Amino acid sequence: MISKRIIPCLDVRAGKLTKGIKFQGNVDIGDPVEAARQYYEQGADEIVFYDITASSDKRDIMIDVVRRVAETIFIPFSVGGGIRSLDDMRRVIGAGAEKVSVNSAAVLEPGIITQGARAFGSQCVVLGMDVKKVAVSRQTPSGYEIVIEGGRRYTGIDALTWAQKAERLGAGEICLNSIDADGTKDGYEIALTALVSEAVRIPVIASGGAGTPQHLADVLARGRADAALIASMVHYRTYTISEIKQYLSCRNIQTRLLW
Amino acid sequence: MIAIIDYNAGNIASVARALHVIGQEYVVTDDTSVLTAASCVIFPGVGAAGEAMAYLRHKKLDSWLLGCRSSGKPLLGICLGTQIILDASEENDTQCIGLVGGTTRRFPENLVADGRRLKIPHMGWNRVALRRPHPVFAGVPAEAEFYFVHSYYPSPGDEKAVLATTEYGITFCSALAVNNLVAVQFHPEKSGRPGLQILKNFCGWRGR
Repeated sequence: MISKRIIPCLDVRAGKLTKGIKFQGNVDIGDPVEAARQYYEQGADEIVFYDITASSDKRDIMIDVVRRVAETIFIPFSVGGGIRSLDDMRRVIGAGAEKVSVNSAAVLEPGIITQGARAFGSQCVVLGMDVKKVAVSRQTPSGYEIVIEGGRRYTGIDALTWAQKAERLGAGEICLNSIDADGTKDGYEIALTALVSEAVRIPVIASGGAGTPQHLADVLARGRADAALIASMVHYRTYTISEIKQYLSCRNIQTRLLW
Repeated sequence: MIAIIDYNAGNIASVARALHVIGQEYVVTDDTSVLTAASCVIFPGVGAAGEAMAYLRHKKLDSWLLGCRSSGKPLLGICLGTQIILDASEENDTQCIGLVGGTTRRFPENLVADGRRLKIPHMGWNRVALRRPHPVFAGVPAEAEFYFVHSYYPSPGDEKAVLATTEYGITFCSALAVNNLVAVQFHPEKSGRPGLQILKNFCGWRGR
């Protein structure tokens, strides 16, 4: 049977990791290509790059990073952040990424999902969703609302409705980020993940809140996520990917153990 | 020289990068005379069967591929390349190359495992259980997993063509082998070290 995927997420600004990543011997690495290589060798099943470069004139640096990553690692990787058009998608995929993730741009112009799926295939198009828990209302019957611009702007769109719509539009996967859980290290938002994962037919990557291997076990089992995004818990060497996978294996959650 | 068939179908650059890292010289081409001169040929692909077949016919690559049955040249199909070497595909109801008898089928709608409805596409890492040894899989551990992303799977007419199977709600053919042909549903170019091993084995294989 298919394994659950463990996916480290790297934030990149103007071609550099925004926070150093500590590897063996506590070496601090600021180069995203080198960090990707290390995670590849440590058993990451996939890697997500999130480009938080503010100015568009520096975006070409990311394309160069993507090109170098593609020459270095031989597992799938995706790139998100600042993807606004079919042209942006084409550049990232042309440079060697398997998948491209659209978030705010898809909320503002949902047609980009369909265009991307037609041009590159659904498997290339990941819908990134930033979600906040809100009161259940007629507008947000699931009690979860889509926010954009890094969580600053509420859209009035119900998270569950949006996930299902994105699937119909041609998204091949959903990366579901809980703004409430993000950065807390208190665990993923299990109820939200289960709600979305049960309601769509495409795979769901849980994101936000990972602090311990137990959190991954919870979201992959009870939360029914197909994959789990991790960041600081591996970036600061609190855990290695291998340790996390061994833990999940003891909890009868299948992951890829040989690489 | 290894030739990668260029037919405007997605993952050709990934396959090329993987060959580069294992130290193989390669050419990416849609020229049948270059393919004929190559020591072995890789037929990759991501995308939809209908469009891919239209392009292959336009470039007369379909008849070249069919000729591999008698030429004995080692041929490796990957993903879509594997699906369309069969007679037909349920995707866009497409007539395909027919190098191997059988049909490419869509995963049934309500696949269930452990009481859970399975997602489609089958996307992620899964095991490949060999039915018999094959030189292209030499040195690949039985527990190795490979990266899959697909909604259709090859179903050869002759059971003997099935080289390996994978479990995803059903047991499906994830690798097939007939004489000088090996075709895999997963992506060896995206499957880490075991995947690179398969590419390396294929590049040194004489097709027998």
